[in-house]
Amino acid sequence: MTNHLLSIVTFLPLAGVVVLLLWRGATDNASRVVGLLTTIATFIVSLAVLGRFQAGNPAYQLVERATWVKGLGLEYLVGIDGVSLWMVLLTTFLMPLAVLASWPIDRNVRLYMAGMLTLETAVLGSFVSLDLLLFFLFFEAILVPMYLIIGGWGGERRVYAAIKFFLFTMAGSAFLLVAILILYGKAAGPLGHGTFDIRALTAVASGLPATTTRWLFLAFFVAFAVKVPLFPLHTWLPDAHTEAPTAGSVLLAGVLLKVGAYGLIRFNLMLFPDASKYFATFVSILALIGIVYGAVVALIQTDIKRLVAYSSVSHLGFVVLGIFAFTSQGVSGGVLQMVNHGLSTGALFLLVGMVYERTHTRDLTKMGGLARVMPWLAGAFLFTVFASVGLPGLNNFVGEFLVIIGSFAVNPWFGAVAATAVILAAIYLLWSYQRMAYGPVREEHTHLPDVSLREVLVLAPILSLLLVFGVYPRLLTDRIDPTTSAVIAHVDPAHATQVGPVTGLAAASPGATP
Amino acid sequence: MPELILCGAAIFGLLYEALAPRTDRRWHLALALAGLGAAALATFPLWHWAGHSTVMAGMVAVDRFSVVSRLVLLSIAAMAVLYATHYMARSGDEIRGELYPLLLFATAGMTLITAAADLIVVFLALEVLSLALYVLAGISGRAASTEAAMKYFLLGAFSSAFFLFGVAWAYGATGTTKITAIANELAGRTGSQAIALLAFAFLAIGFAFKVAAVPFHMWTPDVYQGAPTPVTAFMSAATKTAAFFALIRVFDVSFQPLTWDWIPVVWVLAAITMVVGSVLAIAQSDIKRMLAYSSIANAGFVLTGLTSANAIGIRSAMFYLIAYAAMTLGAFGVVMLVSAQGEEQTSLVSYAGLSRRSPLLAGLLTLFLLSLAGIPPTAGFMAKVGVFGAAIQAGYWPLTVIGVLASVAAAFFYIRVIVLMYMQEPQGVQDEDRTVLLRVALAIPAILTLVLGVFPGLLVGVLEKASILRW
Repeated sequence: MTNHLLSIVTFLPLAGVVVLLLWRGATDNASRVVGLLTTIATFIVSLAVLGRFQAGNPAYQLVERATWVKGLGLEYLVGIDGVSLWMVLLTTFLMPLAVLASWPIDRNVRLYMAGMLTLETAVLGSFVSLDLLLFFLFFEAILVPMYLIIGGWGGERRVYAAIKFFLFTMAGSAFLLVAILILYGKAAGPLGHGTFDIRALTAVASGLPATTTRWLFLAFFVAFAVKVPLFPLHTWLPDAHTEAPTAGSVLLAGVLLKVGAYGLIRFNLMLFPDASKYFATFVSILALIGIVYGAVVALIQTDIKRLVAYSSVSHLGFVVLGIFAFTSQGVSGGVLQMVNHGLSTGALFLLVGMVYERTHTRDLTKMGGLARVMPWLAGAFLFTVFASVGLPGLNNFVGEFLVIIGSFAVNPWFGAVAATAVILAAIYLLWSYQRMAYGPVREEHTHLPDVSLREVLVLAPILSLLLVFGVYPRLLTDRIDPTTSAVIAHVDPAHATQVGPVTGLAAASPGATP
Repeated sequence: MPELILCGAAIFGLLYEALAPRTDRRWHLALALAGLGAAALATFPLWHWAGHSTVMAGMVAVDRFSVVSRLVLLSIAAMAVLYATHYMARSGDEIRGELYPLLLFATAGMTLITAAADLIVVFLALEVLSLALYVLAGISGRAASTEAAMKYFLLGAFSSAFFLFGVAWAYGATGTTKITAIANELAGRTGSQAIALLAFAFLAIGFAFKVAAVPFHMWTPDVYQGAPTPVTAFMSAATKTAAFFALIRVFDVSFQPLTWDWIPVVWVLAAITMVVGSVLAIAQSDIKRMLAYSSIANAGFVLTGLTSANAIGIRSAMFYLIAYAAMTLGAFGVVMLVSAQGEEQTSLVSYAGLSRRSPLLAGLLTLFLLSLAGIPPTAGFMAKVGVFGAAIQAGYWPLTVIGVLASVAAAFFYIRVIVLMYMQEPQGVQDEDRTVLLRVALAIPAILTLVLGVFPGLLVGVLEKASILRW
C-alpha cells in the first residue's frame, strides 16, 4: 500500500468521478458532498506523502515504476522531490477549498464536480510524472476539464475565454510533443531503445550538440511559457481568469499556472542546462517585462478579477526570474513563491468571488464602503492584500525577497526592476482595496451579509497558512532546498552552495525565526 | 477462404431478397452476421499458418498482416450491419434489402484487397469493393444519395483506370505483377527507374483516391454527406482501412527498393492532406461534411506514419487505422441517432444543447471528437503519438511539426461542436432516437477508444507481429 502512495493520491479523485458519473440520480447536495469528501480524502493521503518524504534527500522519492507499453519504451513512472512535493500538497490543499467555494453553483452540479475531480487527477499526474510522455498526457488532459469548467459555468464571455485558453495551450504544447518525440528518438542511439524516462534522457540530452539542445529548449519553453504565463504569451490569462467561476479561477491561478513553472524547472533546466544558461538573460528579460507590464496594467483595471489576474502575471514573472537566476536564493525563492502565490492569489480569488456573490458586480467603480457593511470579509481581504503585496511576516515576502536577492546577484538591474514592481503591487492592490472597502457605501450594498460559516471554513485554513509560512518558511524550504541545490549544481556548478538560502539569511531577515 | 464464406452469404442474401415473397429485415441481419461471424472464425486459424506464404497460385497472401486486416474489417462490417438495420427500421427512407448482401460483397472485396499478393488481384478486389460501394452510396431513394453515388462512380472509375494503368506500367517495368516478384525484380537494378516510378505514380493516384488524400479528395465531402449515414460510417472506416492496408502492402513490399524515391511523394501528400483537411473542415456547417474533411485529415496522419518505410511505420499506421475506425464508427453512429427524422438533421445547428436533451449521446460524441482531435487519454492521442513518433524516428520532424499544427487547427472545429452541445441552448424541439440496442452498440467503439487510449500495449504487441510482411 505504501509503495503506491503517489498513484493513490493521483487517481483517488477519479474514483470520485466514477461515482458521480454512475450515480445518475444524485442530487445537487449529494454531488457536492461526494466532491468534498473525495478532495478531503486526497488531501489526507497527500499528508501521508508529506510524512514519508525525507527532508534532506535531493533525489526522487516514492518512485513507482511499471511498464506501460513495452514496444514503445513507455513507462508509468512517478516520483516526487522537493519541488513537486509542495506542488502536490498545494493542489490537494486548494481543491477542498475550491469545492467548498463552489457550493453556490446550482446548474449541473454533478458534471461540475466530476470536472473538478478530473482536473485534480490531471494536475497531480503532471506533477508526479517522471516519464515524459506520461507527463505530456496529463499535461494535455488538464485542458479539457478546465475548458469545460470555464465554458460551462463561467461569466458572460466564457465561451470566448475558454476557447482562447484551450487553443493557446494546445498550440504551445504542440511543439512540446515534437520535442519529446525527438528526444525519444535520440535516446534510441546510445541506449539501444527509445525511452521517455527523464533521468535517462538527462544523460542523453547532455550528449547532444548545442544547437539541437537549444531548439529543444525553445520547444519545451514555448509550451511552458504559455502556461506560466510569460509575456508575450500571456494574453489568454486575463480572459480565462475573469470569466471562470470562482473555484475555476482559484485552481487556474493557484495550481495550473504552477504546472508551467514546474515544467520549466523539471524539464528545461534539468534536460538542457547549457541551453538554459544560454537563454537565461532572454528569459529573465521576458520575466521582468511581465512583472512590470502585469503590474502596470493591473493599475488601470476597474474589474477586480481582471486586476488580480494581471497581478498573477506579475507575480509569476518573479517566479521565472528567480528560477533563471540559477542562484540558490533565486531558485528556492522561485519555488517558494510558487507555493506562496498559489495560496495568496487563491485566497484573493476566493474573496473576490465572495464579494461578487453579494454585489453581483466586479466593477470597482460600482463598489464602496464595504468595510462597514461586511467587516470580517473586508478584514480578510485586507489581510490577503497585505500578503500579496509582500508585507514582511506574511508569506509572499520571503519568496519575493529571495528572488530579488537571487537575481540581484546575477545582474543588479534585474533585482532593481523587480523591486520596483513590489511598489507597484502595493499601489494597485491597496488602491483597489480602498475603492472597494472604504468611501461611501452604495444604496444597494447596505444590507449585504457578512461571512457565513461555510466561507469561514474556506478562508480560515488558507489565511492561517499565509501567516504561518510567512513567519516560519523553514517548513517549506527545508524540503525545497536540497532539490534546488541539486538543480543548480546540475545547471551552473559555479553558483551551487550547500547552505539553504533561508538558513543562510536567518540572522539577517527580520521575519524569520530559526 | 473467408472471402468465399462472405460471398456465399452475400449470394444467399440476394437470393432471399429476390425470391422470398416478403423479406424480413431480421433474416437479412441474421444471415449477414452469420456470414461475418463464420468468416471471422475462418480467419483466426490463419494466425498460425505454417504453410506456403501464398495460395491460389500466388494470388492471395496468407500472413498475419492480412489476418489483422480481415478481423478489423469484419468487425467494422458487423457494426455497419447493426447500424443499417436500425436505420432502416426507423427512418423514412425506403432502403432496399439488398443493402446487406452489398455490404457483404464490399467487405469481401476489402478483405481480399488486403490479402492480395498480385496486383491484378488488388485491382480485382478494388473493383468488387468499389462497385458495391457505389450502389450502397445511392441505395437510399433521396436525390442527394443518388447524386453522391454518381459522383463516386464517375471519379472512382477514373481512379480505377489510373490504377490499372499503373499495373500495366509495373508489368512493363518488371515483367510480372506479383507483388513480391516486383520487389525482387526492382531490387537488383541500378540506374534510372523511370518506368517503375511511373508505375508507382499511377498506383499511388489510384490509392490516394480511395483513401481521400489531397488532391484526390474532392469526392469525399459530397459522397459522405449524400450517402445514408450507416453507409457513410462503413465507407469512412472500412474503405480507408482496406485501401491503406493494400497501399502498405504495395508500397512497402513491391516498391521497397525504391523507398528513397517515393518517400518524398508520401511526405508531400501527407503534409497537404493534413493541412487542407483540417483547414477546410473549419468552414463546414454540416456535421457529416465536417467529419468527411476530418477523415481526409486523418488519412494525412496515417500517411505521415508511412513516411518511415519500415515495420515501425507500418505498425503505427495500423494502430492509427484501428483507432480511427473505432472513433469514426462511434461518431457517425451518434450522428445517426441524433438525426432521427431523416437526413436533413445533419446541420450543426441541430447539435446545439444536445447535452440537455441527451447527456449520453453528447458525452459519447465528445469522447469521439476528443479522440479525433488527439486529446489524451483517448486512442486518438496514442495513435497520433505513434505516427508522429514513427515519422520522427525516420528523421522527418518538419512533417511532424506540420502535423501537430494541423491537429491544433482541427481541434478548433471539434471543440466548436462540443461547445455547441454543452454551452448553448437547444434550438427547436428535436426528438432524437432512444433505442437501447444501438446505444449498447455504440458502447463498443467508446470502450475501445478509452481502452486503447490508456492501454495501447494491448494492441501494439499484436501489431508488432503483424507488421512484418512476409515475402
